[in-house]
Amino acid sequence: MTEISETQSRVAARLARRHAGEKRFKLLSLGAVWVGLVFLGVLLFTVIGSGHTAFLQTKILLNVTLEETDLGEAGEGGQAQAIAGANYNGVIKRTLRAVFPEARSRSDKRALYRLVSVGAAYEIREAMMEHENPVGTPVAVWVTASDDVDLIIKGTVPRTAPADQRHLSDQQMNWIESLEKTETVKARFNTTFFTSGDSREPELAGVLGGAMGSLYAILVCLAISFPLGVMSAVYLECFAPKNRLTEFIEVNINNLAAVPSIVFGLLGLAIFLNAFMLPRSAPLVGGMVLSLLTLPTIIIAGRAAIKSVPPSVREAALALGASPVQAVFHHVLPLAMPGILTGTIIGTAGALGETAPLLMIGMVAFIVDVPTSVVDPSTVLPVQIFLWSDIPEKAFVERTSAAILVLLSFVCLLNLFAVYLRKRFETRW
Amino acid sequence: MTFDSVEHMVTEATDLEHSARIGATMAGEPNQTGEIPGGPAKMASRNLQVRYGDKQALYDVSLDIPVNEVTAFIGPSGCGKSTYLRCLNRMNDNIDICHVDGSVTLDGREIYAKDQDVVQLRTRIGMVFQKPNPFPKSIFDNVAYGPRIHGIARDREELNGIVLGSLERAGLLDEVRDRLDAPGIGLSGGQQQRLCIARAIAVRPEVILMDEPCSALDPIATERIEELIMELKAQYTIIMVTHSMQQARRVSDKTAFFHLGHLVEHGATSEVFENPQDDRTKDYVTGRIG
Amino acid sequence: MAVLIAASSVAILTTVGIVLSLIFESIQFFRQIPFTDFVFGLHWSPQTAIREDQVGASGAFGAIPLLVGTLLISAIALCVSGPVGLMAAIYLGEYASRRFRATVKPILEALAGIPTVVYGFFAAIVVAPMLRNSGEAIGLEVSSESALAAGLVMGIMTIPFVSSISDDAITAVPESLKEAALGLGSTRSEAIRNVILPAALPGIAGGLLLAASRVIGETMIVVMAAGLAAKLTLNPFEAVTTVTVQIVTLLTGDQEFDSPKTLAAFALGLMLFVVTLALNVTALRIVKAYREQYD
Repeated sequence: MTEISETQSRVAARLARRHAGEKRFKLLSLGAVWVGLVFLGVLLFTVIGSGHTAFLQTKILLNVTLEETDLGEAGEGGQAQAIAGANYNGVIKRTLRAVFPEARSRSDKRALYRLVSVGAAYEIREAMMEHENPVGTPVAVWVTASDDVDLIIKGTVPRTAPADQRHLSDQQMNWIESLEKTETVKARFNTTFFTSGDSREPELAGVLGGAMGSLYAILVCLAISFPLGVMSAVYLECFAPKNRLTEFIEVNINNLAAVPSIVFGLLGLAIFLNAFMLPRSAPLVGGMVLSLLTLPTIIIAGRAAIKSVPPSVREAALALGASPVQAVFHHVLPLAMPGILTGTIIGTAGALGETAPLLMIGMVAFIVDVPTSVVDPSTVLPVQIFLWSDIPEKAFVERTSAAILVLLSFVCLLNLFAVYLRKRFETRW
Repeated sequence: MTFDSVEHMVTEATDLEHSARIGATMAGEPNQTGEIPGGPAKMASRNLQVRYGDKQALYDVSLDIPVNEVTAFIGPSGCGKSTYLRCLNRMNDNIDICHVDGSVTLDGREIYAKDQDVVQLRTRIGMVFQKPNPFPKSIFDNVAYGPRIHGIARDREELNGIVLGSLERAGLLDEVRDRLDAPGIGLSGGQQQRLCIARAIAVRPEVILMDEPCSALDPIATERIEELIMELKAQYTIIMVTHSMQQARRVSDKTAFFHLGHLVEHGATSEVFENPQDDRTKDYVTGRIG
Repeated sequence: MAVLIAASSVAILTTVGIVLSLIFESIQFFRQIPFTDFVFGLHWSPQTAIREDQVGASGAFGAIPLLVGTLLISAIALCVSGPVGLMAAIYLGEYASRRFRATVKPILEALAGIPTVVYGFFAAIVVAPMLRNSGEAIGLEVSSESALAAGLVMGIMTIPFVSSISDDAITAVPESLKEAALGLGSTRSEAIRNVILPAALPGIAGGLLLAASRVIGETMIVVMAAGLAAKLTLNPFEAVTTVTVQIVTLLTGDQEFDSPKTLAAFALGLMLFVVTLALNVTALRIVKAYREQYD
């Protein structure tokens, strides 16, 4: 008994310290969880914080009157062609001068013209061409303001900032304020951002070019990798004999899934571009590279999904006289499809965010036009982000963040869709 | 015990709750007080209820466990005997959804009291599991694990003494004396289980809980463990779960029969087996149910 | 059936394609630059090789600075994701309530779903300036593009990866071992540290190797945050460059295909492929052997 009480007192002597250690360890591990959560929070907060302003774009209301003298040559197109060819830069300048007659000197005038974007001329042209009889009558047009004005109006750059930081002189600031008094300058929803391609001017730059490039590349990627992936999964899971070769294929697929994506880019450059002479910068090649990247994911997910269908389903079909191929394609595959789709969507979400391999095949050029086919040169959304992130201009920083938000919401939607599919079709055998 | 089997048994228990209730009231005097005639009680439970989520696994179990004797819990699988055993050293604390009501005492002190330290409790109540589960460490380190974490040994020499003494008491020392550094997993199943017993007694417990300690062993190894249990009871209070009625008869002094979450009958082993008071006990010990 | 077999062989063809294209271009590269210069050279400045009169002769193609830079950043990343991922897995597996786990686990896994270009942007815009400012505050000179910034962010990115592999390894340890430790009166943390982690160690080690191979091959974060300077340094506050960064730099923009500059990218790619492949094969072997041990 004394042995026991001696033991118990020794145990008791250490208890407090051990429980403190336990508490420390638990807190430490909880801390690790929070490191991840906090980082994610800060990341989202930063991106949303700096990106949300890009969804607004400042516009300036101008009352434009098109004079006879502004018109271009009528030619065969008659009046319409004359309006289309009008000198809209001159029109803008005249209109601005009319609003602020105090701008007399050359430098003042130049400063005045810089309040509106270089894209304003096209906006007025469009408005005029839609108008029934624009010549001589004043037409009210909201034109895009320059990025510096935009940043001031949205408050991204404080008005009190020194002139060299806000890139606007005191006089320009005065003009902006008087525009505000007449309510002819306003931040409105930024449609340009969603409807145009890249541009050197931040206020004219949009993500549509990158988004369409992504769309084409993903479509090509799916068109190749989905059928190939499903067929490979079916073969390996249902028909392949267990021999050295299939074992090799298996090891191969597992390793391929872990090869750095940039190596796939090198493959694309050496084989698709240099050996097959496919066009550079095209979503077609991008999609092909991405399909090789996602193939292992789809095969692995597909095999898991097929494996989870109980063999009794296949046996029942065989017993009813179906051929082995019929049994698999008519009975097993439909049951495995939700699982395969889930894996495919997750793979697609990954491919959507892939950047490095696409740099290798030249999808990194400055391309203004929105691509209209899979062979048009284009970038993709993540590469667009990469390109913009390199530009120090403040207006591009907010657009980079906004483009990230667009990309993240696509990726997020795809993943949510995969979760939905999994929940909806979850079957327990 | 896996979670699945717990759930399974709980379902059964709920289905037959009503009929079992009636049985409990008919069982008579000993069930109400829980006392077993004989030596003083080392551990005792009163009105112990255990629920997993909203499924009840044990109903109102009141039982006294006499000191320095072997008490065996028998009953068909899923009857609650393992659940009850795991309440005695609060192993069920580790299961989120498990709720325990009622009282369990050790030497008259409530072990579910707020100020009861679980770590300390488990140094007083050791446990041996169904499947031998030595750590992936050497034989020596397996036995030394408990003394080390609890700081029981003052120095290396004392630790050696505890380890060798425990191996000796577990009847394993002669077989492993010259390979204390060999991995514990390398031993045979019976040796592994004796290693686990040595590991448990190295902490100098007062009570040893054994959850079907022989179910994974061959008959010869089983015999050695049974002999060992009878030797150990001189020093420890031993509580074992078994589903071999023969083993309970051979080894135990007292037997408690559980059925569908109820403690149906308990008493001296010979009484329970030869003169069962309850029809369910009779059916079970004669092999008509099980 | 033939179609199915053909489909399956695409995976092999891809590997063959990778290996062939890398080897073919690398051989051409090594015709111009001696293999030993590439593997043991301490100086990397591919720009000078453009000179017409002595193609490849004067350009320095020593890959050691790139390797050191890659290893430095990878080491920083693993120093973050290893402990944090492991501890997070322990908390979620051993301590967290069901509800906490059900909410937090998917959120943590979302870290793995964020495109790397986003991490790169974050590293360059937020983490690097932050490190620079806090370095200045304590009198440390931190370059605006630093190994530390890239490594930290890359470490965060691989947390879910490490934590899911650790989780697998920990749950593969039989419950009975944990019960034995708890039954002897271990606190939970003692059971985890003394019994569960040693038993799970091979699985965790395999997982860390997989994470290492992923980190070594990661491109965008380092391109955007680590810099281009091929300096041979182990100072995490300086800008370093990595194998992947140089591949991107050598191959973006127009250049003729046979110059040693472009061919060097393939040699680097070959090196990257071989290293990550070796890491993967070893890791998968370890993990597999470990799983079989407890099956």
